[in-house]
Amino acid sequence: MERILFYIIAAIMIVFALATVTSRKVLRAVMYLLFVLIGVSGIYFLIDYSFLGAIQIVVYGGGVIVLFIFSVLLIHHVELELEVTPLKKKIIAGLLSAAGLGITLWAIITYPFKAVNTSQPIEVSEIGNKLLSYGDGGFILPFEVISVLLLAVMIGAIVIAKGKKLGKGVSRKEAGAQNEN
Amino acid sequence: MITYLSMTKSIHDWLFSILPEGAANITEMVLIALAYLALFAVAGLYLVLLERKVAAWFQLRLGPNRVGPGGIFQTMADALKLVSKELTSTDRIDKFLYNLAPYFVIVTALLAMTIFPFSKQLQAFDPNIGMFFLLAISSIGVIGILVGGWASNNKYALIGAMRSGLQTISYELSVGLSILTMILLTGSLQLSEIIEVQRTGGWLIWQGHIPAIIAFMVFMIAGTAETNRAPFDLVEAESELGAGFHTEYSGMKFAYFFLAEFINMFIIASIAVVLFFGGWLSPFGITEGITWFPEVFWFFIKVLVIIFLMMWFRWTFPRLRVDQLLTLEWKYLLPINLVNIIFMAILIWLNWTL
Repeated sequence: MERILFYIIAAIMIVFALATVTSRKVLRAVMYLLFVLIGVSGIYFLIDYSFLGAIQIVVYGGGVIVLFIFSVLLIHHVELELEVTPLKKKIIAGLLSAAGLGITLWAIITYPFKAVNTSQPIEVSEIGNKLLSYGDGGFILPFEVISVLLLAVMIGAIVIAKGKKLGKGVSRKEAGAQNEN
Repeated sequence: MITYLSMTKSIHDWLFSILPEGAANITEMVLIALAYLALFAVAGLYLVLLERKVAAWFQLRLGPNRVGPGGIFQTMADALKLVSKELTSTDRIDKFLYNLAPYFVIVTALLAMTIFPFSKQLQAFDPNIGMFFLLAISSIGVIGILVGGWASNNKYALIGAMRSGLQTISYELSVGLSILTMILLTGSLQLSEIIEVQRTGGWLIWQGHIPAIIAFMVFMIAGTAETNRAPFDLVEAESELGAGFHTEYSGMKFAYFFLAEFINMFIIASIAVVLFFGGWLSPFGITEGITWFPEVFWFFIKVLVIIFLMMWFRWTFPRLRVDQLLTLEWKYLLPINLVNIIFMAILIWLNWTL
C-alpha cells in the first residue's frame, strides 16, 4: 500500500517538476512547482513525519508560493510568455543540474541506510524541547542565530519599503531648519 | 441499541470480513470520502439557506419560502439550476489555471474538514499536529482565489484577488496567534486531546477566563476576515468590483467558490467550538452518563450558534475600507494578541487558571 502510494506521489512529483522547468507561462510554472512541493509534504506524511509535512505546506505552499504568485500578479499579464532560453544557457544549466543529480545520487547510494522496524510519530513537544535545549544535541544556538537573522531581514524589509518616506521626513526637517535660518 | 458508534465499527468489521485487507482498506477510504462529501454538500447547501433566512429575519422580510415547506428546498433547486448552467469563460484566459482555481479552493476546504472530531469516535484523521495541520491547509486555500482572479484576465477579478491575498495573509497571523494562546493552555495540538483536557477542567473559555475570552474575540474577528465575509468582504465588494475574483465564473465553478466560502465558515466555527467550547462535550456534562446519546448533536448545535454569530456580524456591520482593514489587523489585533499570549503564559505559570 505505502509502496504504491510512494510511487504515485513520486511520479506526480517528477512529471510536475519537468513541467515546471519546461512551461513558458510563469504562473503555470509556479503552480506546477506548488504541486511538487505538496508532493514532498505528501511523502513526509507517508513516513509519519506529519510535523515536517505541515511545515513544508506552510512555508513553501503558504509562504513562498503565495509570494511568487503575488509578484506574478503584479508584473505579468495573462497572455505573456517567457522567452525561449538560448541553447548555450540550456547546456550550462543542464550540465550543472546533472552534476547536482550525480552528487545527490552518489550520497544516497553510498549512505548506509538502516531499516527501522518500529517507527513512532514524533511529538511536537519533543521538537520544541530539542530546539530550546542547550545540552548535548540541543539546537538553541542555531535557533537564536536564525531568529536574529530573521529580525534583521524584517527590519531591512521595513526600511526598504519605507525608504522614500523616511527620506522625505528628513528633508522636510532640513527644509524647516533652513526656513528658520 | 444500535448507535452510530457501533454502526461505524460494524461496517468496518463487515468490510474486513468479506474483502481482502487491501481492498477493504481502499473501500473504507472511499466510504469515508463519500461521507465527507455528503456532509460537505448538505452543510454547504443548508448554510446558504440559513444565511438567507437569517438575513431575511434581520431585515424583517420572509426570505425564500416558495420551494418546499418554508422554503427548505430552495437551495437544492438553486444547486440543480447551477449544475444545468453552461460553463462559460471569456476569451484569452489561461484555461488550465482558470479551471483549476475552484477545485483548489474546495479541496483545501475539504481537507481541513477531515480532522474535526464530530464526536469521540467520529473523526477521520487525528494527527498529533492537529491544529497546525489546519493552519497549514488554510494557508494554501488563498492560492485558489489568487490564481482564479489572475487567470480570468479581468481587472475587477484581479483587484479582488489581490485584496483577498492581502487580507488572508494579514489575518492568518491573528488566527494563528489566538489559536496559539489556547494551545498554551491545552499543551497539545491534537484535537482529540484538546477536547480531553476540557472534559475534566471545564471548557477552555472557562479555564482560561480573561485571556481566553480576548483570544476568542480576536479569533472571531480574524476568522470572519479569513472567510472573506462581510464586514471584511472587500474581495467581492459588489459596488466596486462586480463580483470580485469570481466575476468570470459561471455555473458549478461559481458554486464551488460559493460553497467553499460557507464551508470555510463552518470550519472557523468548528475550530472555535473545539478550542473554546469543548467540542462534542455536553454543557455541564448533562449527557455524560447516557451512552447512547449522540454527542454529534452538541457539536453541531455549538457550531450553528457560532455560525449564527458570524451571520449576525454580516448583517450588522458596514464594510471596512482597505486601510481600515489593515489598521485593524496590524495596529490593534496583532499587538493585543501578542500581549495576550504573554498574559496567558503568566496565568499558567502562576497557576491562576480555573
